[in-house]
Amino acid sequence: MVKEFNSDRTEDIEIELLLEGILKRFGYDFREYNRAHVKRRLLHRVASLHLSSISQLQHKILHEDLFFQVILQDLSINVTEMFRDPTFYKTLRAEVIPILKTYPYLKIWHAGCSTGEEVYSVAILLLEEGLLERTQIYATDFNPQVIEVAKKGIYPVSRIKEYTYNYQVAGGKHSFSNYYTARYDSVIFDSDLKKNIVFAEHNLVTDHVFAEVNLIICRNVLIYFNKQLQNRVVKLFNESLIKGGYLGLGSKENLMFTDVFDAFEIVDSKEKIYHKKVQ
Amino acid sequence: MLYKAVVIGSSAGGLQAAKTLLKSIKSTFSMPIIIAQHISPHSNNYMAHYLNSISPLEVKEADEKESITPGHVYIAPPNFHLLIEEDYTFSLTVDEKVNYARPSIDVLFETAAYAYKKSLIAIILTGANNDGAEGIKMVKAKGGRTIAQNPETAEVPVMPQSAIDTGCVDQVLDLQGIISFLNQIGSQS
Ligand SMILES: C[S@@+](CC[C@H](N)C(=O)[O-])C[C@H]1O[C@@H](n2cnc3c(N)ncnc32)[C@H](O)[C@@H]1O
Repeated sequence: MVKEFNSDRTEDIEIELLLEGILKRFGYDFREYNRAHVKRRLLHRVASLHLSSISQLQHKILHEDLFFQVILQDLSINVTEMFRDPTFYKTLRAEVIPILKTYPYLKIWHAGCSTGEEVYSVAILLLEEGLLERTQIYATDFNPQVIEVAKKGIYPVSRIKEYTYNYQVAGGKHSFSNYYTARYDSVIFDSDLKKNIVFAEHNLVTDHVFAEVNLIICRNVLIYFNKQLQNRVVKLFNESLIKGGYLGLGSKENLMFTDVFDAFEIVDSKEKIYHKKVQ
Repeated sequence: MLYKAVVIGSSAGGLQAAKTLLKSIKSTFSMPIIIAQHISPHSNNYMAHYLNSISPLEVKEADEKESITPGHVYIAPPNFHLLIEEDYTFSLTVDEKVNYARPSIDVLFETAAYAYKKSLIAIILTGANNDGAEGIKMVKAKGGRTIAQNPETAEVPVMPQSAIDTGCVDQVLDLQGIISFLNQIGSQS
C-alpha cells in the first residue's frame, strides 16, 4: 500500500518537473492545463516508446532537439472540422452578422485555430454575407505545424461529405463545392477566401493582447485549461475586444464562473455567444 | 467506505442495461456513478434526461469542471471525452476518437484510476468492441476493483469478454449480480 502511494506521488512529481523543464527549455507553459489530460497523454507516450518513466521521457525531450515537436503534438490537440457544431454558425449568421454589418471595417480573431477549418468556415460565411472584403481575420495557434497546414487550406477529400452536411445545416446559401477545387484525394479552398486572413503563431498562455477586434472565436481550447488559466485567458479576450464586440466559445465552454462574466451579455446560451457590454 | 466512486463503460445494448441498473439502484446509494456510454456524436442529452426520470438517483450529463458529488449519476456528453481530475472534478476534451469512440471508456477509466486509485470500482457492460480493456488494466494496476458483465448474459458479449481477456477483471457478474453488489457495498444504512 505504502509503495503504491509513493509511486503515484513520484509520477506526479515527475510530471511537475517535466512541465517546468518544457517551460524553461522551449517556452511553452502547460502547467495549468488540465492535469488528467496531460498525464494521460504523457503516460501514453511513455508506453508507446517503451520507456519506463516520465523522467526518461524528460531526458529525451531535453536532449533530443526534434523530439519536443512530438510532445507538442501530443499536448496540443488539433482535432477540428469545418462548421463544427453547425448551429453555432447558424446563430452567428442570424444574431451577430447583422450587427457586424453596421461597421465599415472589421477585425476577427480566431484563437486556437488549429489547421484552419474553422477559419475557412467563417470566411465562407462572411463572403456570403458580403463582409469578407472589409474584414481582417487573424488566425492564431501556438503550434507552428498546424499554422503551416492552415495557410495552405488543403484538406482530405474524405471529409467533404461531412463538411457539406455541416455547411448546409449551418445555413449555407450556395453549393459548398463552389468554394473548393478537388485534386486527387484533396481539396483546396479558393485563394480568394484567404486574401484577408493572416495566420500567425500566438500562445494564449504566454503572449499578450493581440489586437482590438470586433469578434473573437475561440472554440474547444479553454476546455483544456484549468479554472485559473481559463480566467486569465478570458480576461485577455475581454481586453482584446472593442466595446460591443462579440465572443464565441465552444459548446462546453462558458464565462459563468470567470471574473469577466459581468462585462458580457449572453447572446445565445446554448451556442455560447457573448456580447461585450458597451458600458 | 472502502470505495469512493463507480465508473461504468457500455456500448451496444448499454442504454437498456443502464436503465435496468439505475432503476434498481437504491436511493441511499452514496457514491458517484460515472458512465461512458457510446452514443452518436449528434445526439442531445436525452439519455441523461431519460435515465433521470426512471432512477431514484439524480442523473445528469457531466459538465466541464463540475465537482463530482456522491449519490449523483453522471453521463459523458456525446462527442466529448470525459476525464476525472485528481480534485474530483470533470474535464472534457475533443481529442481524437479512441477505439472509434468519443466518449471513450478507456479515457474515463484511465483518468478515474489516476484520481481514485484503489478507491474505484470499474464495471464493463455490454458492447460490440474492445473499448475499456486498456482502462480496466489501469484500474487494476492502481489497485481498484474491476467487474465485467457476464458475456453469456450480456446483450452483446464482445466488450465484457475483451475486458476479461486482459486478465485484470476481479469478478464476472450478471447484471442483477452487479446491481446487488453495488446496493450492498454502496448504500448507507
Ligand atoms: C481542439 S483544437 C480546436 C480547434 C478549433 N478551434 C475547433 O474548435 O475546431 C485546440 C487548439 O488549441 C490550440 N492551443 C492549445 N493551447 C494553446 C495556447 N496556449 N495558445 C494558442 N493555441 C493553443 C491547439 O494547438 C489546437 O490547435
